[in-house]
Formats: sequence, structure tokens, C-alpha cells
Amino acid sequence: MYPYVTGTSVVALKYKDGILMAADMGGSYGSTLRYKSVERMKPIGKHSLLGASGEISDFQEILRYLDELILYDNMWDDGNSLGPKEVHNYLTRVMYNRRNKFNPLWNSLVLGGVKNGQKYLGTVSMIGVNFEDNHVATGFGNHLARPILRQEWHENLSFENGVRLLEKCMRVLLYRDRSAVNKLQIAKITEDGVTISQPYSLKTYWEFSAFENPAQGAIGSW
Amino acid sequence: MTKQQANWSPYDNNGGSCVAIAGADYCVIAADTRMSTGYNILTRDYSKICKLADKCVMASSGFQADVRALQKQLAARHLIYQHQHNKQMSCPAMAQLLSNTLYYKRFFPYYSFNVLGGLDNEGKGCVFTYDAVGSYEKVGYSSQGSGSTLIMPFLDNQLKSPSPLLLPAQDAVTPLVEAEAIDLVKTVFASASERDIYTVRRQTRTCYHKCSWYPPGIHGT
Repeated sequence: MYPYVTGTSVVALKYKDGILMAADMGGSYGSTLRYKSVERMKPIGKHSLLGASGEISDFQEILRYLDELILYDNMWDDGNSLGPKEVHNYLTRVMYNRRNKFNPLWNSLVLGGVKNGQKYLGTVSMIGVNFEDNHVATGFGNHLARPILRQEWHENLSFENGVRLLEKCMRVLLYRDRSAVNKLQIAKITEDGVTISQPYSLKTYWEFSAFENPAQGAIGSW
Repeated sequence: MTKQQANWSPYDNNGGSCVAIAGADYCVIAADTRMSTGYNILTRDYSKICKLADKCVMASSGFQADVRALQKQLAARHLIYQHQHNKQMSCPAMAQLLSNTLYYKRFFPYYSFNVLGGLDNEGKGCVFTYDAVGSYEKVGYSSQGSGSTLIMPFLDNQLKSPSPLLLPAQDAVTPLVEAEAIDLVKTVFASASERDIYTVRRQTRTCYHKCSWYPPGIHGT
């Protein structure tokens, strides 16, 4: 069992008013960049935002499960609605259950949201490993983005600084993750709801002098 | 056409160490706060301790998803017990339940290395130590997890427990007072974190005392 069409990293952090999440719009088919407009972040209910990396079709399946979950929640019509903590718990149980049956959903999920002023950001892997933190990332983001976030994240980031920090992470991923594409969305979730930006690209710089004539310091066959 | 090989594992080791020490009228349980995968740190602020009953706390390291599922199973069974018996489960009772729950999955184990600590019905400290499939033993102190090979010999040396083979059986709980035991636990994590990459100095620590008990709190170095 292995994945076919995959999305790469998702990066997210808590900021003053809620959660900011970023993901590019690529859907790779092995080493081919097959789909270039894949939305890998979706709002869930009133209070949550889900980002996914890994197999896109499994992500779509998860969205179908969550549609049903939210529908039944709404049908109670009792004024209460599932918050991000509850959705994260549900997803964790789904992922773990599939792992138990040796038929995993091949995704790493990031679930963020705000309910009653409480910010929440959690993640769950394809085998059910889950935790919450002030900043999370999937895949390559764990290697490249988290160290940047550990250094530069702090409580009560402004929206602009949060976006700047996320863009810094996404730029590094763009330079160094071969499955990354330069077309991304940044999503914001606050008490007021979810906003997912229009797709845009990051400015990149390829003229660093250290990379000009890279063999200069070590002439040889490699 | 070669057969499709599975290239994912249902298990992962998220690392960490757990320790528990029993005294005459107290019990200290501690676990570090790092969660890792491979050579990466997933989070620096994760509690491996779970309160199962009023006087019974479990610290578990290993595969976090299995640990979580195990904690939920035990919590659910405890709730049923409370409904049926109108009381909390005692620590020895929970110890047996944990053993049975682990063995239930003998052929697809919970990859969870547990240490159970608390007070028995007389208010004396008790510690139970487990392997992944439910084999367990009541002891005076124990450690489990990635740092246990470093921690256990140190505890053996410092606590000088009588041999379990002696007849008549001698009490394994330590004569140390609670403050000394807590100090020992802090030292243990300071040492283990030097050489075990999966263990950090920072711990969550719970102390049960006969008269009152301290809710789990994050205590640093």
C-alpha cells in the first residue's frame, strides 16, 4: 500500500487572534507535478480548519467523514457546535482505527481553531500519533520549518508577523523540498471564522553569491 | 509482477522515560516531557502521565497513539466500575485491569511501557511495573522507557531494595522521606537526559501522600 497523488508540507502557528496555516497547492504523482490547484486546507464546521498532507484522495475521504460528523452535530439543533479539540479527537480516533486494521489513511493532518476564545492547534499522523502545540508542521515542514518556528515564534504574534513567519518557512520549503510548488494559500481562523486567501506566489532569490560557481572551493568531479 | 510490499509500520517509538518510587505513606511518579520520532522532536511539552483513578496514576512511554488508546480504555472501564460499585478503583485493582487490558492485545500489542503508581487501601505507596503485553509485578520502585537502562541501575544503587527472593518477604518500599525521593527523581532525570537522546531533564511529576495529594504539575529541573 502506498500513496499516489500527494500533497507536501502544511505549516501552522498560533497567533494573537487565532491560528494561521499555510500549504501549497501542489498534487504530485510520484515525481510528476500533476495537479497545481489542489486546496489542501478546508474549513470544518464553525470553529475549525483542517490542513492535510499526503494522499489527496484520502484527504477527500476524511472531508466526507467530517461532513457527516458536522451534519449530525447540526441536526441536534441545540446551539452547541463541535470545537477544534473535539474534531481533532475524532480525527485521531479515525486515523488510529484505520491503522489498527492495517489500512491507513495516508495523511498527516493539522487541525486548528478557536472556540470561546480558546485557541487550539493539533496534529495527527497516519498511524494516530497526535499532539497539540503552539506551532506544528507535517512532512518536510518538521525538518525545515519547525526549527525556524522554535527560534522565532512567540506568544501574541500580530497577524502581519505571523504571516511573515509562515512565509519565511514556506520559502525555505520552496527552496529545499522538491515536491513544493510556488503557489500557496494562507488560511486564518479566528473567533469570527475562517478566511482562506487567494493563491499567490512567494518572491524567491536565486543570485546568492555563495551558489554562484559552487565548485570554486573544491574543484573535482563532485 | 512482484507482490506489493507494505512499507509502513503500524508502530513508532515516541520515546521518553518514566519513573515511580513508593514510600511508606507516599508515592512519586514522574515522566519526561519530550515526544520524538526518529531523530526529530515532535513537541517539548507533552505529558506522559495519566490519572486513572483517585489514588492511581499511570506513566507510559512508547508509541503515543497506543498509549493514548490504552489510557482511554482504562478510563472507560474505570467509569463502568464506578457505576457498578459506587467507588473508585484501588491501585492494586487498576494494576490487574491494566495487565489484563495489555494481554488482551497479546497478538497486536499496545506498544506501551507502563509504570503504575499510587496508594493502596492502607495508604501505603505502591508501584507496579509492566512490559508491553501485561506481565507485571509489584515493586518498591521502577523505571520504563528509553532511559530505563540508565535509570534502573542508579535506582537499584540508591534505594538498596531487599532481594525479592528473600523469605519471609521484605517490604520493598523505600524508607526515604518524600522530599528525598523527589530529589532522587530530579537527579535521575538530570542523569538520564545526559546520555539518552530521547529523554529530557524536564518532567511532569505527581506525588501521592496519605493525607493529601498534589495534582500532577509540570516541575522543571
